[in-house]
Amino acid sequence: MIDKQAASAEAAVADIFDGAAVMIGGFGTAGMPDQLIDALIARGVGDLTIINNNAGNGETGLAALIREGRVRKVICSFPRQADSQHFDAAYRAGTIELELVPQGNLAARIQAAGAGIGAIFTPTGYGTLLAEGKEIREIDGRHYVLEYPIHADFALIKAHRGDRWGNLVYRKTARNFGPIMAMAARTAIAQVAEIVPLGALDPEAVVTPGIFIQRVVEIASAAVVAA
Amino acid sequence: MNRLNRDQMAARVARDIPEGSYVNLGIGLPTKVTNYLPREREIFLQSENGLLGMGPAPAPGEEDWELINAGKQPVTLLAGGCYFHHADSFAMMRGGHIDICVLGAFQVSVNGDLANWHTGEPGAIPAVGGAMDLAIGARQTFVMMDLLTKQGESKLVGACTYPLTGLACVSRVYTDLGVFDVGPQGAFVVETVDGVSIDDLRKLTGVSLAA
Repeated sequence: MIDKQAASAEAAVADIFDGAAVMIGGFGTAGMPDQLIDALIARGVGDLTIINNNAGNGETGLAALIREGRVRKVICSFPRQADSQHFDAAYRAGTIELELVPQGNLAARIQAAGAGIGAIFTPTGYGTLLAEGKEIREIDGRHYVLEYPIHADFALIKAHRGDRWGNLVYRKTARNFGPIMAMAARTAIAQVAEIVPLGALDPEAVVTPGIFIQRVVEIASAAVVAA
Repeated sequence: MNRLNRDQMAARVARDIPEGSYVNLGIGLPTKVTNYLPREREIFLQSENGLLGMGPAPAPGEEDWELINAGKQPVTLLAGGCYFHHADSFAMMRGGHIDICVLGAFQVSVNGDLANWHTGEPGAIPAVGGAMDLAIGARQTFVMMDLLTKQGESKLVGACTYPLTGLACVSRVYTDLGVFDVGPQGAFVVETVDGVSIDDLRKLTGVSLAA
């Protein structure tokens, strides 16, 4: 019997190693897999490269991981926010590296990694600071920037429901980067509010097919219970 | 000098958004345009974090923090609205499926270059988000901004001095003193606010303005 369920968040992240590249789902706090990140903090590994849209909000999730000094580099589109104080402090102290990527290029590079594409030519960023030093190609009269895929050792994502084969559905705008990060990481780990029996998810509505998921762990979410 | 306030500017932009448009409103000032879209006009608001058919803010106490907009504020979904992941969301922009996006700006040049993501100041932490994708991806990119900075410098310029967001991507600029078309032919005054002349605008901006 194939059962991708992990017994706990701690068990789900038990092989994440020092120096790993880790994708973390979420747009701000929506879709942020807080309990998997808490387990990662408790595991004590550091020197991590984190791929996320942001660089932490408030005191939980990615912000806590940065506060605890576990992150060497962040690849993101929008680090600076009103509540990104832990990233801001680390950045100003020179203890964290930032690779700033336009949001759509971030998504496209993650998707390229998951789809086995060697590189992409994107129009976004052409003629700006973020394309400096990169190869430019003119195709049918338009300029494009060569960008490479972003791969990761692990992805930590949050979905709404899953089954023991790893099929997932998401909830509202918490979906954001989950489906593409699941595809781009060697080991994709999903926390879900509920694990349901095989066949309970409408196969027409499955968003992430289980092939992209290696581990799934059930963590009841207050937000979802309330809804 | 007579000038539009922010709500009047939003109402002016809203007038130019036809029924059936797929529209992305940037965070900050452009978000106000939502308040002036007539209810009887069906317009599809897209938010780049992954929803189409975005509705107004929820009533107090009804917030769902898994249903937010690009500014991370709670919103609602209209009947017929839907959710999607980030790669699909940015395909909607980059692929030319969004009819209109409305963005704020630090500067716009007369040929349509946009600067709105970074002041370039030493020590500033840069953040770009979806600005570069929106600027070059939408079929039409509108800018909504005050014509002058607090120091009285024109934000409509011959060439941007702030770091660029996109080249030749803006088609129309809505300001508190007038509306301009910009592009390969330079800047053109579409209309002025009551009591403001085209010569006033030429003096204030210092750029060549056709009318």
